Amino acid sequence: MKFVRLVWVNLSRSKRRTILTTLSVAAALFLFVSLRSVNTTLQDAAEVGSEARMVTRNSISIVFSLPEAYYQWLSAVPGVERVSWAVWFNGIYRDPRDFFPSFAIQADSYLAMYPEMVIPEEQRQAFMAERTAAIVGTGLMERFGWSLGQTVTLRSPIYPADNDWPFTIRGVYTPTNPSFGDNLFFFHYEYVYEHSLRGAQPGWYVLQLEDPAVATSVAETIDEHYRNSRAATRTETERAFQTGFVTMYGNVGFLMNAVGLAVFFAILLVAASTMMMAARERTSEVAVLKTLGFSDRLLFGLVLAEAATITLIGGLLGVFGAKLIFEGTQFQGAGFLPGFQVKWSTAIAGMAIALLLGLISGIVPAWQAARMPVAQTLRRVA
Amino acid sequence: MALLEIRNLSKVYHRDSQAIPVFEDIDLDVERGDFLVLMGPSGSGKTTLLNLIAGLDEPTTGQITVGGEEVTGMSRRQLAAWRSRHVGFIFQLYNLLPVLTAYQNVELPLLLTHLSKKERREHVMTVLDVVGLADRAEHFPRQLSGGQEQRVAIARAIVSDPTVILADEPTGDLDAKSADEILTLMQRLNSEFQKTILLVTHDARAAERGHAIMHLDKGVLTR
Amino acid sequence: MAIPLIYNLRSIRQRPVSTLTTALGMALVVLVFIAMMALSRGFRAALAETGSRENVIVLRSGADSELISGIGRQTAATIAAMPFVAQGPDGRPLVSPEVYVLISLDRLGGGDALVVARGINPEAFDVRKNVEIVAGRMFNPGAPEILVGKSIVGRFAGTQIGETINFANRDWTVVGHFAARGSAFESEIWGENEQFMPAFRGEFFQSLTFRMKDPSQFESIKKTLEDDPRLPVGAHREYDFYAAQSYLLTQIMNFAAIFVAGIMAIGAIFGAVNTMYAAVGARAPEIAVLLTLGFRPVSVMSSFMFEALLIALIGGLLGCLFSLPLNGIVTSTTNWQSMSEVAFAFRVTPDLLLGGVIFALVMGLIGGFFPARRAARQPVVKAARQP
Repeated sequence: MKFVRLVWVNLSRSKRRTILTTLSVAAALFLFVSLRSVNTTLQDAAEVGSEARMVTRNSISIVFSLPEAYYQWLSAVPGVERVSWAVWFNGIYRDPRDFFPSFAIQADSYLAMYPEMVIPEEQRQAFMAERTAAIVGTGLMERFGWSLGQTVTLRSPIYPADNDWPFTIRGVYTPTNPSFGDNLFFFHYEYVYEHSLRGAQPGWYVLQLEDPAVATSVAETIDEHYRNSRAATRTETERAFQTGFVTMYGNVGFLMNAVGLAVFFAILLVAASTMMMAARERTSEVAVLKTLGFSDRLLFGLVLAEAATITLIGGLLGVFGAKLIFEGTQFQGAGFLPGFQVKWSTAIAGMAIALLLGLISGIVPAWQAARMPVAQTLRRVA
Repeated sequence: MALLEIRNLSKVYHRDSQAIPVFEDIDLDVERGDFLVLMGPSGSGKTTLLNLIAGLDEPTTGQITVGGEEVTGMSRRQLAAWRSRHVGFIFQLYNLLPVLTAYQNVELPLLLTHLSKKERREHVMTVLDVVGLADRAEHFPRQLSGGQEQRVAIARAIVSDPTVILADEPTGDLDAKSADEILTLMQRLNSEFQKTILLVTHDARAAERGHAIMHLDKGVLTR
Repeated sequence: MAIPLIYNLRSIRQRPVSTLTTALGMALVVLVFIAMMALSRGFRAALAETGSRENVIVLRSGADSELISGIGRQTAATIAAMPFVAQGPDGRPLVSPEVYVLISLDRLGGGDALVVARGINPEAFDVRKNVEIVAGRMFNPGAPEILVGKSIVGRFAGTQIGETINFANRDWTVVGHFAARGSAFESEIWGENEQFMPAFRGEFFQSLTFRMKDPSQFESIKKTLEDDPRLPVGAHREYDFYAAQSYLLTQIMNFAAIFVAGIMAIGAIFGAVNTMYAAVGARAPEIAVLLTLGFRPVSVMSSFMFEALLIALIGGLLGCLFSLPLNGIVTSTTNWQSMSEVAFAFRVTPDLLLGGVIFALVMGLIGGFFPARRAARQPVVKAARQP
């Protein structure tokens, strides 16, 4: 601890250099943390689905719907406790850039199957009582400044209607898990069915299982039953269904990692060259310290500590700066990254990288300081 | 037994493939409390000799024994530790760390010991008092005159109570008045505090302050 | 009087390590910038290349994508007979009514993707000039046979000629592969309209594409079609339609490129600042000599600015060099606007390379400014006294 002063004064020797380097490290770690968080958010989104729920969709693709008549048979499948369905509405509010996901649902059963959506009881009842009512997430309420009871009009390219689609907000849900998303818009299937110029059919069915262990057999039973019908099905756990969507992002994960690598090397160059510059200015002082009896090992450690101090402070700034900024602005990637957050595991990984950065950038000057032959250096100076 | 014993000491430098001998076969005894002055022309190896005694360099042949310990066989790590306890070095160009205050500069050697902060403070203020700069403890080297800087350097050299003080042209960069102050101080260290001093200098007046004068010329040491 | 540039060139050579590390840092920033923009360019190119400026694509009015559109046979026949539709050498109208759906296929290597399955008549190859069969043969009418786009081959199971893919409850035999100049069509599966209709949505098409006799007449053609009470359709220039499909994703990619490169640039600039300050500090005596000799401070400043720009230029050129191997590398993603999987290649264009170099020069300019100014403001006497 008593050597902290020495490390500190060396850093203050050129405040400009220390501050700029620290800020560079902060910028790099900010980026690193942002990129990694995109990856973790996508991974988490893949894990939102419950193991006890399954999704049955048209086997051709999610783009095709299923007959309403399936409801009866599905409810009777052994192992299935409850059945509901939903339709992708693709509602547009004001401008396509204000995108948020909207779904028509078989409300009674759907809300019962998703305890992730916490809705005050009186709001739920108000919603159930009104055909044109909607339940929206807390994120949407904040984003657009809506209030309970407000009428919001959407238009849908998939379901054209004479006067577009007015909805009255009767309920607000709070998600128990941020990855579920707080920006979803739900309303009654019946409303769409009745008012759509081209009718409506379930987009997919959601099944609640009594016991997650029966998932595979339930899937087989259902898909086998409908195999040769007009609308064959593909049934899988909700988790597998979600994961399927995430894989559609393609190589995003790889891209983020590749960029992260480039960032790491770029900043390593900056930090290392700074440390070397600083070292060059101090050769005579290192010699003096050695004369006083400071050992090679001690000087090695002091130089390394200097490098690590810069990178750790820069790391703290970058990592926690990112956390603050993203969580303060509630960044969700325009709806594509629900539940975006800088997780503690990412923060720790970031600090570890900062430490690694410090060690690598300091190693050469530290080594040089340790190996420096005193007599020659002094002779040059004096 | 003498405090400092040098036997058969020689040093040869190698530059590229050329061998440049500095001195050969030097013998020297320095008793505790001695104030020995070493003179000689430029390049005669006086500084080299000091460096060897301080363990900052390795001799080509020979042994150096200080306070009963043989210095010449020690590893770099052992030498560093030994040096911190037994040697006080005073340079021509003060060599204070400009980013540290006078107090902090003097404290440096003590950081290598196990003394507590309080104990370190006691030692530092004591020696700053001896050199007459207790009131300048919080000043930075750039705020001190040349003579004052050198006094801080001397304080640093004695703060850990070393066995021997080695001074390489301490007055070389000072004006006459400051030089005089420094030499008086060194005499005090020797007479009042019984410090053993080996002083290298060009200056004949400085030489008079010591007990004995030796000459190093063309690799030969004579009294 | 300007300080000779050779002074800067030699000075840079004197300190190769710091010059190289600074330049390399900038090179990495430029590389990342070009790479991410090349991704965005490639994606846009794949989509823009898809449509022709001479073609019109007709959808159900109000539909903004083929997926949710529906056009009846009667409507298709009516449009085909209109006078502004170009005719092929055999006199038949160059009209291509098409079924368009997304099917879920398993990617080799894990995950699934939504792939476009497009129903066509043989005229499609005449209407769409950029598509041609490169292996195998055209499918036979009445047979459950399909053509597979080049970029799908090898990425999904059963896509080699002779193999079968199962969807919509039938096995379809792959009889040929087609290429489409790197456009989005290459990520599609094509089959016969008459086979696809019963398999998917029934007796109607999703789109109708035709070649205009006179492409300059597009506006009046559009009006004619959309005002006709018999035809519940919307008409779009094919080129614009597909280009618009790339809008969302390219916006996101461009934003990401600027965001990432911008922040990296901060680091690189600070690194350059430190390097230049160190250079100015180390050369203080030289600067003093130059000033003493009579060179004006502004010359000293421009000299150091030039040096910073030189280092930046080296960095920029290196970054461009590093980015070249990326050109042409194929990757794929889902175009969320159309929900379909699109394969595309990195596209490193000359203007991107130029942009990269300019980016580097700007970094050098900003990074070199303060140190250069310090050099110019140096007091002569103090500098000369350095040991």
